[in-house]
Amino acid sequence: MQSGTFHTSYASDMALRPYWIQRLRIVIVLIALLIFPWFADRYWLNLANTIAIAAIGAIGLNILVGYTGQISIGHGGFLAVGAYTAGLMAVRLDMPMWITIPVASCFTALVGAFFGLPSVRLKGLYLAIATLAAQEIIIWLLTHGKLLGIGESLSLPRAANNLFGMPLADLGNNDFVFYWITVGCLILTVIFVSNLFRSRTGRAFVAIRDQDIAAQVIGVDLFRYKLLAFAASSFFAGLAGALTAHYRGIISWERFTIDTSILYLAMIIIGGLGSVSGSIYGAAFMTLLPALLSNLARAVSGFVPDINAYLPYIQQGAFGLAIILFLIFEPEGIVKMWRNVKDYFRLWPFSY
Amino acid sequence: MTKSNGASPPRPQLEIDGVSLDFGGVRALSNVHFNVYPGTIQAIIGPNGAGKTSLLNCISGLYRPQHGAIRFEGRNIVGMAPHHIARLGIARSFQNIELFRHMTVLDNLMLGRHIHMRSGILSGGIYWGRAQREEIAHREVVERVIDLLEIQSIRKKVVGALPYGLQKRVELGRALAMSPRLLLLDEPMAGMNSEEKEDMARFILDVNEEWGATIVLIEHDMGVVMDISDRVAVLEFGQLIADGTPDEVRSDPKVIDAYLGREHAIRQER
Repeated sequence: MQSGTFHTSYASDMALRPYWIQRLRIVIVLIALLIFPWFADRYWLNLANTIAIAAIGAIGLNILVGYTGQISIGHGGFLAVGAYTAGLMAVRLDMPMWITIPVASCFTALVGAFFGLPSVRLKGLYLAIATLAAQEIIIWLLTHGKLLGIGESLSLPRAANNLFGMPLADLGNNDFVFYWITVGCLILTVIFVSNLFRSRTGRAFVAIRDQDIAAQVIGVDLFRYKLLAFAASSFFAGLAGALTAHYRGIISWERFTIDTSILYLAMIIIGGLGSVSGSIYGAAFMTLLPALLSNLARAVSGFVPDINAYLPYIQQGAFGLAIILFLIFEPEGIVKMWRNVKDYFRLWPFSY
Repeated sequence: MTKSNGASPPRPQLEIDGVSLDFGGVRALSNVHFNVYPGTIQAIIGPNGAGKTSLLNCISGLYRPQHGAIRFEGRNIVGMAPHHIARLGIARSFQNIELFRHMTVLDNLMLGRHIHMRSGILSGGIYWGRAQREEIAHREVVERVIDLLEIQSIRKKVVGALPYGLQKRVELGRALAMSPRLLLLDEPMAGMNSEEKEDMARFILDVNEEWGATIVLIEHDMGVVMDISDRVAVLEFGQLIADGTPDEVRSDPKVIDAYLGREHAIRQER
């Protein structure tokens, strides 16, 4: 009788999901993702798209904060760079989304690497303030963007939403079509980032987080890898921003203020720092919480007629409360809670 | 206290040539001068605050001495960045363990292979193909280190949760995974019991003999130092007061005054 999983090659030992039950779980999730859009209405599709885009951005932020240990509160700014680059390309140059999105992501990576330069000298809180400067500079440029010719907001032409010449409008309603694009991008992001952190570059990032002096001494070029982490993180911020621009069709700077940066930080703290799946849980949590509250408010509005007036305050309060409760009771985030559940059932019905 | 020019093996692998290091007004090292020959075990001893660790930090590029040169295989490495020096083939361990605490033993050792690997961020993210082949090739090297240090059973454990003695061993492993030509060990046996010390001494001798690595070792346990090292350099208040074979150093009156005498007196009292 086999008493465990034994690996007979290094390749199988180094697999991302070495156990059959983990693979089964992934297959089930993928099937659910495939079935979901055929049954969901536009409200739920919109939520799913919002979550997928937020998850891409959160994974990007987690590369920098959770894995490399460089605190950034400029993520909102990088999302803006992605959104506006894609938007301006679509408006001014009539470029389709399958060109604007990759270009915007790469451009955001460059901008991120530039604003990562202070990380060479600064650590911790000091670096956080330097990235705050990045946030404010980017938003200032957008609000005073006479040179870019941007007004209060930017509307993207519907014609830009086409894939290789095929207009998306022909394929179904906007939410349904974008579901496949956002979830597809999320899956690619998850695969890429998971692989990254089981190979050389990702390990170097984590080494910088855990012990930067030892990392230098074993041959990791801190300057290069910190900038690379900023670039990789911003690439996914740019991707999320560009997807938002094309999905919403209209962008304004108010969507990318410091509130957004903090929202993304909250996502990865609540989801789990240094975890790809945690980023997704955090993004889902922070998107569903306000939606759930407004649904609740609608349900009780018969008894409490004023509730809609208070809803924004309740949502903000719940947001703050959630962060505090997580920091106190499960600082390692949802991913740790999920691990506890799995551990419990692994040994069930024995307690240890 | 003789400086052996030409008498010993031909060409020193590491030359510490008149190195001085100041921190503000404090002189940590002044005009330190000695050679390390290929394939030998060179010990550095001295009382606390003598500048031993500062000297290692100069060699690995963490500190930059104001005067003097450090030549590794004929090349001056003063002013080079630490990661550049690592690529030349110099590895080290730290006095207070500086492992990557949240990573597994395997990942720590694989990081030791960093300088020998090539895959970048794109091939790493795509993984299947080049990066995977590279991971497997270097995993084989890492497994040899694991076998040598007898840490097979903990290779998937997170380092931060391991007991102190094993962490010390893993740190040696990470340095070994770099396949260094020169290995700097800063108190590899500090805080160990005698059995663990014996193991560690055995590993150091194995590495020296089988892998041919030159070793520079800071250690306070005189028994170990005298047993395993080929040459001993003695530092006191940042100055080199002796450099020679263990026997020469042991009988040097300056050394006995500065260091061994006190140490031996304490030993005798116990």
